[in-house]
Amino acid sequence: MSATARRIWSVYGGYALGFVSLFVIWHLAAVYLVGSVLFPSPTVVFRKGWVLARTGVLWEHLSASLQRILAGFLAGSLLGMPIGLAMGSFRPVRRLLEPYTEFLRFIPSVAMITVAVIWFGIGEASKIFLIIYTTIFIVIINTAAGVSAIAPDKIRAAQSLGATRAQIFLHVALPATVPYILTGMRLAMANSFTTIVAAELIAANDGLGKLLWDGRLFMLVDDIFVSLVTLGLLGFAVDRLFRWGIFVFAGKYSPAT
Amino acid sequence: MTSLCPQMWTQLSHRRSWRVNEELDRLEWRSMSAPLVSFRDVEKTYRSLQGVDYKAVEHFSVDIEAGEFFCLLGPSGCGKTTVLKMLAGFEAPTAGQILMDGRPVTGASRERAVVFQGDDSLYGWLTAVENVEFGLRMRRVARAERRERALRYLDLVGLTGQAQKYPAELSGGMKQRIQIARVLANEPKMLLMDEPFAALDAQTRALMQEELASIWQAERTTVLFITHDIDEAVTLGQRIGVMRAGPGSQVKGVIDVALNGARSRTDDVFLKYYRQVHDMIRDEVAAAVGRARRA
Repeated sequence: MSATARRIWSVYGGYALGFVSLFVIWHLAAVYLVGSVLFPSPTVVFRKGWVLARTGVLWEHLSASLQRILAGFLAGSLLGMPIGLAMGSFRPVRRLLEPYTEFLRFIPSVAMITVAVIWFGIGEASKIFLIIYTTIFIVIINTAAGVSAIAPDKIRAAQSLGATRAQIFLHVALPATVPYILTGMRLAMANSFTTIVAAELIAANDGLGKLLWDGRLFMLVDDIFVSLVTLGLLGFAVDRLFRWGIFVFAGKYSPAT
Repeated sequence: MTSLCPQMWTQLSHRRSWRVNEELDRLEWRSMSAPLVSFRDVEKTYRSLQGVDYKAVEHFSVDIEAGEFFCLLGPSGCGKTTVLKMLAGFEAPTAGQILMDGRPVTGASRERAVVFQGDDSLYGWLTAVENVEFGLRMRRVARAERRERALRYLDLVGLTGQAQKYPAELSGGMKQRIQIARVLANEPKMLLMDEPFAALDAQTRALMQEELASIWQAERTTVLFITHDIDEAVTLGQRIGVMRAGPGSQVKGVIDVALNGARSRTDDVFLKYYRQVHDMIRDEVAAAVGRARRA
């Protein structure tokens, strides 16, 4: 085995093996342990998934959900960052805004679905509102925590090197906080998946949650499982993509280092 | 008499009165012997989380001359770092005055660069050379010029080949070298060094001391060097201020180290100074340990 092959194996081999074992165990459990149509085996689910993909139904639902997540996630992150920075930098701002963040973050986005639907209807607006809602507080809290976690010596060094307050913010506080912001965004992404499914379950015309709900309504158990597997794989892929993006575009700010 | 005074003398001599005389005396005193830094009866009180006041230093007075390497030596917890923080401008004294060039210190300034004990002060998202040119970049020195100067100072501290590496990729000793290059590149009036080598292994520390000594020989920047290590103080310092055990610490005495150039730890003269400092600090260490045990 060449060095690169070994490296690829060490990185992806574990993942591949993990997924294979997951599906094998699932298969064994479905066929030999349960043996009911209510718990289809992975072969049945993948065959159904293939059919839904070929007819375009799966893509329709998938892209609907993904677009909502992306729009809400980006808006929530972009709003959350400056608020978090301000809260972390200025104590009066923190005192002023903490009641909001500490009050609202304990009201789960799932509980806000009803309000969102009443306010914005069952269209896109209510979904994007919910994703923003579920994203923004995590990003705010992580960003603010990042600002307060900056080592005092970093600020002091900048002061005694002649940096102004604005320069310290721009060239020290901001870059030092980036790993925390990215971590907050990663957590928010996971939350977005939970929220979008719940929202689509209750009120939507399309999306993976709608696929799930229709499956229940018409007793299409295979469809339910296609939706579940798609959600799992999609979440996994998006998280990897996010980590890869951090690695490529913000390597030196990576939370890992 | 400095060069300034004879001129003043001829200008003023035709109308000398007692007033002028006094003025002249003042000028003469200032230009001849005004220290670069002067601590005057400085006191610093901290309040603990339990609301108890703790006087770190009290009646702390010492002068540091321009161009000298001054070591401040003391047992742990005696307030050495407090003294440095106040001179750096990070903390204000509770009472007394700290003067630099005759003006009170009111906050951090690029005149007084600080080398910190740990590597927290380095910017992990910048390469070694970008860290070194940070101060120059803040002052908007042109890119080519600041890069050239930063590389020169990296070279001076022996990091020529490491310019493009990030701090996380470098050893503890190398990180301290970046800090030293970073402050030198900014051309401050004075260096404040807070036990910069305390976290390094013995071999690296000895090497860094040697290199710092030779850099100082070349640059002659005024240095205030904080340490608890007698060996380090005698190796580096021109003058060593020994502090009492806290609380309410001040300088117990100042020892002139009349050693020039390379200082060998096995020389009789080196040992003589070592013993002298040791005798002065021994009781203070015992006091600090005893106090910690009782507290």
